[in-house]
Amino acid sequence: MSLVGHKTPPIFKRGLTPVARLSVFVAICLVLLVADLRFRYLEVVRNALSVVTYPLQMAAAKPADFVRNASRYFATLVEVQLENAELRRDHLTTGERLLRFELLEKENAELRGLLGMSQRIDVKSVAADILYNAPDPFARKVILDRGAQQGVEAGLAVIDAKGVVGQVTRVHPVQSEVTLLTDRNQSIPVSVLRNGVRGVLFGTGRGRLEMRFVLADADIREGDRLVTSGLDGIFVPGLPVADVTMVDRSSDAFARIDCEPLADIDTSVQVLVIGRTAYPPPPPAPDQER
Amino acid sequence: MQPTNRSSRILLPVKLWFVYLSLIVALGLEYIPTGRAPGIPDWVALVLAIWCVREPQRIGMGAGFVLGLLVDVGQGAAMGQHALAYVVLAYLANGAARRVMWFPLWQQALHFLPLFLLTQALMLVVRLLAGAEFPGWSYFLSSLSSTALWAPLSMLLLLPQYQPVDRDDNRPI
Repeated sequence: MSLVGHKTPPIFKRGLTPVARLSVFVAICLVLLVADLRFRYLEVVRNALSVVTYPLQMAAAKPADFVRNASRYFATLVEVQLENAELRRDHLTTGERLLRFELLEKENAELRGLLGMSQRIDVKSVAADILYNAPDPFARKVILDRGAQQGVEAGLAVIDAKGVVGQVTRVHPVQSEVTLLTDRNQSIPVSVLRNGVRGVLFGTGRGRLEMRFVLADADIREGDRLVTSGLDGIFVPGLPVADVTMVDRSSDAFARIDCEPLADIDTSVQVLVIGRTAYPPPPPAPDQER
Repeated sequence: MQPTNRSSRILLPVKLWFVYLSLIVALGLEYIPTGRAPGIPDWVALVLAIWCVREPQRIGMGAGFVLGLLVDVGQGAAMGQHALAYVVLAYLANGAARRVMWFPLWQQALHFLPLFLLTQALMLVVRLLAGAEFPGWSYFLSSLSSTALWAPLSMLLLLPQYQPVDRDDNRPI
């Protein structure tokens, strides 16, 4: 140490030149990006690093929590009373429907038993609140306030009162990340409620959905209701997803089918994470020779 | 008085723990969930750039890489997206350190506007190549707010170095 408190700056030992260091780092970053985006290898690394970032994230979420709770606290009594009355009304009507539903379900089980068919799938669900939009501006994702500790698993469907909102894609201990249906990389297998025609629904990234790879002469009309088909083995079948708004058969082999999601994807707050209690056996391996 | 090379003032040497503390605080600010509000400054990029200019011997590409990975994990972004952008930012900021220090703070900020834009553009290109959607031009507002915060934040981060070596109770600073 010299008099002024600095270490004597090294003159000759500088290690790699800056350009060499830059290329090394950039190469590492590119490898990471390809491994993550293309092959999804890095979830283990991500989980390990999130142990470091988690306390900081929890601390950083506190101001947002405070703002949200404060606005809830200052909601006026009148608003709450109005909302309460509306909820009571809803409760009554849904209660009546639920009674009928239970009757029908019992009847269905008996009929299935008579026919010797396997029973319908059992369903488990977790109620959750949407906390905020995920900070990544390139994807349409939201964060839920329930995580692995409450039984949320990756792959489960997320629904609100009207229909499917998205799918859980990443699970943290007490939070989870949901990719919305409108994300460009999200897809969901559906069937038409009216006649059972199957297809896959893709997000377009602009708040709309598109059903792709459906033949131009398929029986799909405007106004058709699309529900999950459950053929993927992950989603619960029969959840309402979207309505068909436009069918364009003018192009080549495939029809262009635009759909509008039923759920309030960008505004819903309370959601239900819903999934199967048991997954079907894995499909047999595809034939090697085609 | 501006803490530039033109000023006659000699600053105290920086304390390394203060540099790391400020970077961790910036990381915490980055993690605050703000939803999709446009124009939230990129705190980590800003503080990293300031220290890359002030302490080019100590803070550089390594710090940028580690911080970038932590931001990637915390934000749920693609692994290496922020790391790549921050490494390039740190390289350019380290290289510009000697030149930029001769300018007053607001002109330094102008030097760094294109660097912040480049940082964001790099992330945009990476994600567009991976098939994400374009988030809209308001995405780049973040660089403008980062630039606007350059001068006040630089002053704030240099405050500890303004203290005199021999404390004198009759002198305020």
